[in-house]
Amino acid sequence: MKSCIAFWNIVLKDIRAYYLKPPNISWGLIFPIAWTGMFFIKSGAGSESIPALLTGVIAISILFSSTSMLAVTVTFEKKGRSFERLLLAPIPLGLLMLAKTSGAILFGVANACVPVIIALFLADLFHVVWMEVFAAAFMIAIASTFLGLFIAVSVSEVFEAQTFSNFFRFPMIFLCGLFFPIDSLPVFLRPLSYILPLTYGVDILHGAIQKRSMMALGLDFLIIMGFCVILFYISLRNIHRKRIV
Amino acid sequence: MGKQETIPQGIHRDPLIEMDKLTKKFDEVTALDGVSFGLRQGELFGFLVPNGAGKSTTINIFTGLASPNSGTTRVGGLDCTRRPTTVQHIIGVVPDESNLYPELSGFDNLCFCGALYGMHKDESHKRAQDLLKTFGLMDAAGRKFAGYSKGMKRKLTIAAGIIHYPQILFLDEPTTGIYAAGARQIRQLIADLHGSGTTIFLTTHYIEEAEQLYERIAFIVRGQIVRIDTVDNLLHPMQDRHIMLISVGRSGMTLSADLALAFPDLEFQAVSTGQVRIKSEKPFSVGPLVRFIEGTGDQSNGSPTVMAITGGGFCPGHRYRSGCNEKRKGKG
Repeated sequence: MKSCIAFWNIVLKDIRAYYLKPPNISWGLIFPIAWTGMFFIKSGAGSESIPALLTGVIAISILFSSTSMLAVTVTFEKKGRSFERLLLAPIPLGLLMLAKTSGAILFGVANACVPVIIALFLADLFHVVWMEVFAAAFMIAIASTFLGLFIAVSVSEVFEAQTFSNFFRFPMIFLCGLFFPIDSLPVFLRPLSYILPLTYGVDILHGAIQKRSMMALGLDFLIIMGFCVILFYISLRNIHRKRIV
Repeated sequence: MGKQETIPQGIHRDPLIEMDKLTKKFDEVTALDGVSFGLRQGELFGFLVPNGAGKSTTINIFTGLASPNSGTTRVGGLDCTRRPTTVQHIIGVVPDESNLYPELSGFDNLCFCGALYGMHKDESHKRAQDLLKTFGLMDAAGRKFAGYSKGMKRKLTIAAGIIHYPQILFLDEPTTGIYAAGARQIRQLIADLHGSGTTIFLTTHYIEEAEQLYERIAFIVRGQIVRIDTVDNLLHPMQDRHIMLISVGRSGMTLSADLALAFPDLEFQAVSTGQVRIKSEKPFSVGPLVRFIEGTGDQSNGSPTVMAITGGGFCPGHRYRSGCNEKRKGKG
């Protein structure tokens, strides 16, 4: 019960202190709108292209929002030593980190809702399997957040967190099958695509929105969950190694 | 280990906090080298240490933020390395720098810290208000922590450290960098906490702070405890001899002449370049001397307040700071 109180208060504190701040709300709105606009203009097609664009905009919105927010907030707290305050609390490290990441996961899912809401007004999306879309959004948000956590515990400065995030994010965008189908990538790049969690999240979205997935839905979920577990485990181990020396 | 430890009156014999032959290395640097000591329930014990002597490492090991290379640490009989979460329930920690949230108000910071220990909303709100009153921060309760003065930040950090009624409190240099009146308030708060039965482990650079607050002192130098005893046992020899050797960063000759003018009751003698021997017919206080030396702008050591003090119980050849001088209260 005491751990639940601590967990809930950490989530609430992060939401109030970071995620509900006006700059983040506006960033969370503007970013997906800008992505949608960019893709829409680039495609040159009419509103019928929106379902095809939706997958990419959802995935990119979550990836950028979740990794950025967590990497920056945790690095900021590490620098200000308030992260140490959390480590001194009588909460198991795993639960503490789950609490710390929950806000960023919710922020990522909320960001995914923005392009969906816009698309609902512009296109006919009756064929979309929404349950799968939200499950995929949730899994991408978890994987992106844990990637952010991995980055945050590996760096000591906020600017390093941003730079290091991009080191993962940009290759991921181009190799996950959003812009080019994985089959059309050069053979030597294809293995890279399969070691990126976003590939599997995007595949679920492709299946749910456009009915064209590469792999079975269950396998996609299983693999992306495996990525989440690995990233979380590595992050915990790094926190233990770096902070609890 | 120096003199045999004596147990101050009213303190239980069984150690509540115990460190046994503990060694901690960081790459090539040995931060703690076979350190052993214990604190009994209700005791106020501390390290009087120069920078880099291993005080923060000691606290980090007790609080679960660091693990030793060898040796054991126990708090309330619990192994700090194996059961850090259980230990964290009964301890409070006030680090040398404030670790609260700058974007939260003082009140919200305390409530959040209470929640981290599983306190319900009503309970943490009431406790936060009580602490804000006790620490004289009620007027600033709604202000963001980022806007607090350094002294206010220290006080709120101490309040956050005791929000969950810890049995044991670790305080790392609680008055460093605080103006004199603020430091005095903080010392009084620490004395009150100790009076209420909290066991306190405290580190400081300030000799007079140690003299006023501590029941027992350990001198830790280069990761090793060189002396550990009661304040009285450590300070009386010096008071009996009334001789002190001060190392300064300027000419001892010039300084002793200046000091002789300012302190006519004391006798000053330049021993060598940068050293002055002070003699007196009766016990004398270190604080005014230190303040005088600080006031003369002795900057050559990088810090005008750093000095080595020898004589009696003080450890020769090492640097300690002296804070603002106050008469010892409540000590024999």
